[in-house]
Amino acid sequence: MRQLTMIQAVQEAMRMALESDERVMVLGEDVGRNGGVFRATEGLQARFGEHRVVDTPLAESAIVGTAIGLAVAGMRPIAEIQFLGFIYEAMEQIAGQAARVRFRSSGQYTVPMVIRAPFGGGVRTPELHSDSLEALFVHTPGVKVVMPSNPRDAKGLLLAAVRDPDPVLYLEPLKLYRAFRADVPEDWYEVPIGQAGVVVEGDDVTLIGWGPTVPVAVKAAEAARERWGYSCEVIDLRTLAPMDTAALVASVEKTGRAVVVHEAVQTGGVGAEVAARIAEGAFLSLEAPVARVTGYDTPYPPPAVEDAWLPGVDRVVEAVRRTVTF
Amino acid sequence: MEIYAPGGPKPEYRVLNEDGSVVGRVPDLPEDRFIDMYRAMVLARTFDERALNLQRQGRIGTYAPFSGQEAAQIGSFAALEKDDWVFPSYREWAGLIYHGFPMDRALLYSMGHPAGAQAPPDLRVFPVQIVIASQLLHAVGAGWACQLRGERSVAAAFFGDGATSEGDFHEALNMASVFRVPVIFFCQNNGWAISVPVSHQMRSATVAQKAVAYGIDGVRVDGNDVLAVFEVMHRAVEQARSGGGPMLIEAVTYRLGPHTTADDPTRYRDEAEWKQWREQRDPIHRYRKFLEKRGLWDEEKESALREESRRSVDDAVLRAESHPKADPSAVFDHVYGSIPPDLARQKNDLMGRTIQGKGAGA
Ligand SMILES: Cc1ncc(C[n+]2csc(CCOP(=O)(O)OP(=O)(O)O)c2C)c(N)n1
Ligand SMILES: [Mg+2]
Repeated sequence: MRQLTMIQAVQEAMRMALESDERVMVLGEDVGRNGGVFRATEGLQARFGEHRVVDTPLAESAIVGTAIGLAVAGMRPIAEIQFLGFIYEAMEQIAGQAARVRFRSSGQYTVPMVIRAPFGGGVRTPELHSDSLEALFVHTPGVKVVMPSNPRDAKGLLLAAVRDPDPVLYLEPLKLYRAFRADVPEDWYEVPIGQAGVVVEGDDVTLIGWGPTVPVAVKAAEAARERWGYSCEVIDLRTLAPMDTAALVASVEKTGRAVVVHEAVQTGGVGAEVAARIAEGAFLSLEAPVARVTGYDTPYPPPAVEDAWLPGVDRVVEAVRRTVTF
Repeated sequence: MEIYAPGGPKPEYRVLNEDGSVVGRVPDLPEDRFIDMYRAMVLARTFDERALNLQRQGRIGTYAPFSGQEAAQIGSFAALEKDDWVFPSYREWAGLIYHGFPMDRALLYSMGHPAGAQAPPDLRVFPVQIVIASQLLHAVGAGWACQLRGERSVAAAFFGDGATSEGDFHEALNMASVFRVPVIFFCQNNGWAISVPVSHQMRSATVAQKAVAYGIDGVRVDGNDVLAVFEVMHRAVEQARSGGGPMLIEAVTYRLGPHTTADDPTRYRDEAEWKQWREQRDPIHRYRKFLEKRGLWDEEKESALREESRRSVDDAVLRAESHPKADPSAVFDHVYGSIPPDLARQKNDLMGRTIQGKGAGA
């Protein structure tokens, strides 16, 4: 099978969505002529025209707000926010509006739209380009939140998001855009929203990550096997809302231990939600407290110090050790 | 029925022609001020070119070059005083350096060092704003505070053409107008917001005319004419200081370089347009011609200045590169006024790790 990078997979999914349904459109800053600052929309405007791949004025609230109107009135917009850190500008339109249109109108109106946004650390970006803000949206009923960690899921989740009847926030770990290539089927396929994936099977401890921390968890699992012979299971949550509680519980019922890894700050993070669900659903199987390895509770730091701040492999390995030897 | 219709562009205010000849009123300034501004422009250009090189060599990180915008920045900062408030975007280094922001700090900013965001304590310069248009509101607040506290100072916000599309821009102009705040909105219309040309950013013919809707004054000035920019900014500052309220200035200029070092303008920008601005509308060239015609400048002074600028940029690079390394544990110290127990625990955790785990990182 041919191999693609994540950014190519994202581009391909949008191309196929635009091809398959003329209601689909892409809008955002620099997505047209420039093909997106990361080239996610490369070539799409040339192919589908300026009315379907639209360079908008520099206004995030306007991008999301008009996408709501477009979706309500029959279009299928894929809106891009250039970096997740700039989504604060559109927060009202997402949390106060998109998330509640179905609810407010008792199902009369719906907002089938996708908001894509890159984020994530380790790439030496200026301020607000790296922050992981998924928790804000997981805490917003009415919005679905997905995050791929590899090219295959990137395409399948985006296609599922485009077909989904509700607003989906599709978060792209920019560090993984070109980190590696992987097999990506050429035809249309969907990775179901709401389903976690088991990346590595194991028996002693469950490592749970999403997006940029999935490769970190996989490396930590390898290191723990080499050092202590531990068998780690790695779960890629893939969808953060609605969360696949059954997959978490099933895994922890088998392993009895869990370590959650995310780049976002710890307090009020999605890791806390994962830990709570495990405690609720697999309490009697637990042999140790659920551990969290996360960003520290500060704003995302400047590039010169970010490596020390990020939850790296060594911190995960340590947490695994602590959990297994509890 | 009377319809408010959008008008065509008003002419740009100018003092100098492209060849440096005088077509307007030359500001009444002592000779050394004229020369100072020129020196600042050349130093800025030298800094900018050096910074681009440093980025290519991997010695600094992402950098947003300002070449082409020296007149807009230095002309406007020249009309500000040290205790006026300044709210810059990421592309203001020419103006900031002229205002007293040390070049080595400017470089530290692009090295991702926290010290790069800190202005010297004798300046009222806010950290570089990354979020487009947010700082306009802060400037309104700061100007408002000056008004409420009976201070003479004014506030100035610096931003680009793209910023005028954000809600914050409109909210700032309206709020400043309602409270007659001593604030200057200084827009550098450099033709582009990354890949989006102004013609696609707005359908209004100018940025300046947007002021009218908010009941404040707007001016469109040739942003590559340092004397015109100075004159306009000076007038705006005087008006604000004397209680006359805010002003919106649109300085029409051009970004000669890429948006940032991560950008490739050949993907979206016409080479001919760029060439024309570079070869016929360079703000430094124009001002130099003016000074030469006045007998204030010559080739000998020029080469001495270039040499001197190169040396001071060299010094700044040296200072920046020998600056103490950033301490990761310091990020915990400035989250709150005093560190909560939980955060102190996290700080200890990180410190233990960076000491014990040297090089063992992810
Ligand atoms: C709120 C927000 N949205 C998007 C961005 C990404 N971005 C950085 S600079 C830029 C273009 C800004 O153009 P303009 O205001 O004309 O200023 P210039 O860069 O030309 O100086 C964009 C879209 C951002 N920094 N902040
Ligand atoms: Mg611009």
